[in-house]
Amino acid sequence: MSVPLLQLNGVTRRFGGLVAVNQLSLDVLPGEVVGLLGPNGSGKTTAMNLISGALPLNGGTVRLGGQVISGLKSHQIARLGVARTFQLVRVLSGMTCLDNVAAGLAFRPQGLHGQAARERAVVLLDRVGLADRAELPAGDLTYIDQKRLELARALALAPRLLLLDEWLAGLNPTELQQGIALIRSLSHDGLTLLLVEHVMDAVHALCTRCVVMNAGIKIADGPTREVLSDPHVIQAYLGEDDAQPSGVEVAHA
Amino acid sequence: MKRTEILVWSAAALGVALLAWLPQWLQSDYVLSLLISTLMYGVLATAWALFSGPTRYVSLATVAFFGVGAYTTAVLSEVLPWAGVLAVALVLGVLMALVVGLATLRLSGVYFVIFSFGLAELTKQLVTWYEVNVTKEIGRYVFVDITQQHIYWQLLALLALVLGLRAAIGRTRLGLALRVIGEDETVAVHVGINTTVVKVLLFTLSSAFITLAGAIMAPRWTYIDPSIAFAPVISFQTLIMALLGGAGALFGPLLGAVPLVLLFEYLSASFPNHFSILLGLVFMVIVYLVPNGLVGLLRRKGGRP
Repeated sequence: MSVPLLQLNGVTRRFGGLVAVNQLSLDVLPGEVVGLLGPNGSGKTTAMNLISGALPLNGGTVRLGGQVISGLKSHQIARLGVARTFQLVRVLSGMTCLDNVAAGLAFRPQGLHGQAARERAVVLLDRVGLADRAELPAGDLTYIDQKRLELARALALAPRLLLLDEWLAGLNPTELQQGIALIRSLSHDGLTLLLVEHVMDAVHALCTRCVVMNAGIKIADGPTREVLSDPHVIQAYLGEDDAQPSGVEVAHA
Repeated sequence: MKRTEILVWSAAALGVALLAWLPQWLQSDYVLSLLISTLMYGVLATAWALFSGPTRYVSLATVAFFGVGAYTTAVLSEVLPWAGVLAVALVLGVLMALVVGLATLRLSGVYFVIFSFGLAELTKQLVTWYEVNVTKEIGRYVFVDITQQHIYWQLLALLALVLGLRAAIGRTRLGLALRVIGEDETVAVHVGINTTVVKVLLFTLSSAFITLAGAIMAPRWTYIDPSIAFAPVISFQTLIMALLGGAGALFGPLLGAVPLVLLFEYLSASFPNHFSILLGLVFMVIVYLVPNGLVGLLRRKGGRP
């Protein structure tokens, strides 16, 4: 029996009177790709922020490989092997693509700097399809390429767990297929992923399991196909959109 | 790559050596005093940019540290040997920067600017209170056996040190961390940077240099009181020089300090009664016309593809 890599236990976060995440418990096993779904405002991104330490918890615990990480600072959690991308893409726009990735390489345990970092950064940029943009300032990239760069920076941390917050949103059909293939290749390499995603094609293609939240509470957790046909889920989240999954994509394109 | 680096460092060493020889050839005390002002602001602006350049935290606390340095000299110069005075100034500057850094660097943006300005005023008022209530004399005389040339050499050494340190930091992980913090602090913590440690460390280094500059400059005045040693205009001039040159580049602050020291000298000599008004105008013109600094202007003219 494998120990969960990520374990949330009764995790709670309030903003004033609003309980954004309410007693959320979930496990992610090593090597799994888990989708975190739910309508807008259901607490998915807040949950991501609680895991990465961007927000403090009001209750519960988060464990990584059995070790309690809730209460640690973001930079400590990052060094323990949790990397993430952001819902609103965040690149270091005044720095080159190479330096953006070098920033991910330098501060992890056994970090790289100088020539070694350069070589590794080129490999990572190549992996996300930005090899020819290495010397370009990140601010000059298109939105899609900035998302790729953000992923390369997250991968530079050599994470055990990768959190992707709507990383596939806003891609055109070709880019979406490339993106799905890229994430699948990461999973094949043994990376564990938790992704917040609205693009149903991607959820079906990538996630072995899904957790669905509504108004801060977990309402479903199980194999993707079962969860997505659960009447509660359909009622709470997918609604009419379930009949035409492409409608969801369009809404977020 | 390696050879050009050696060349650059040798050229820099030669430049410093030449500058060190300069006072021997000068017959004019006026020119020497102008050179001292230039070096002083060169040190202040470069030290300011050491922290504020990459992190983009705008500090107006420069004169708080400068004044503490100057007062250290004023109080201790007759009791301690010169090296001892500088050592005490260094320790005081470091301690004050650590306390201030740990307390304030959680603030960002305009809150940090206001706090740093408040700190300078607070320090000035505390010193004034002490002088009025304890020593019962508002001013102090600084009589030390230090010539203008000595001041010049010490400032030159300090400038070489702060430039060398900034160049060295630029190549290390610390330099990278500072740039990432300046770009986006949220990203910085999520790639594993302990932003508090990095910011406090650099703020302390920067403040240590500023405090030393104050200690070295004090003998030049012979008389100091809080309104001289803690004059807010020193903070503002340092800031505007660094901005004019370009705080992000190694030689940017120096590039801004040289013309502005000359300009301010000319203005204060020619229009002593309207100096503050002209100073304000210069600030506005610089911010309006050269928002990215001279270095940024030169780069744009050079034409980036």
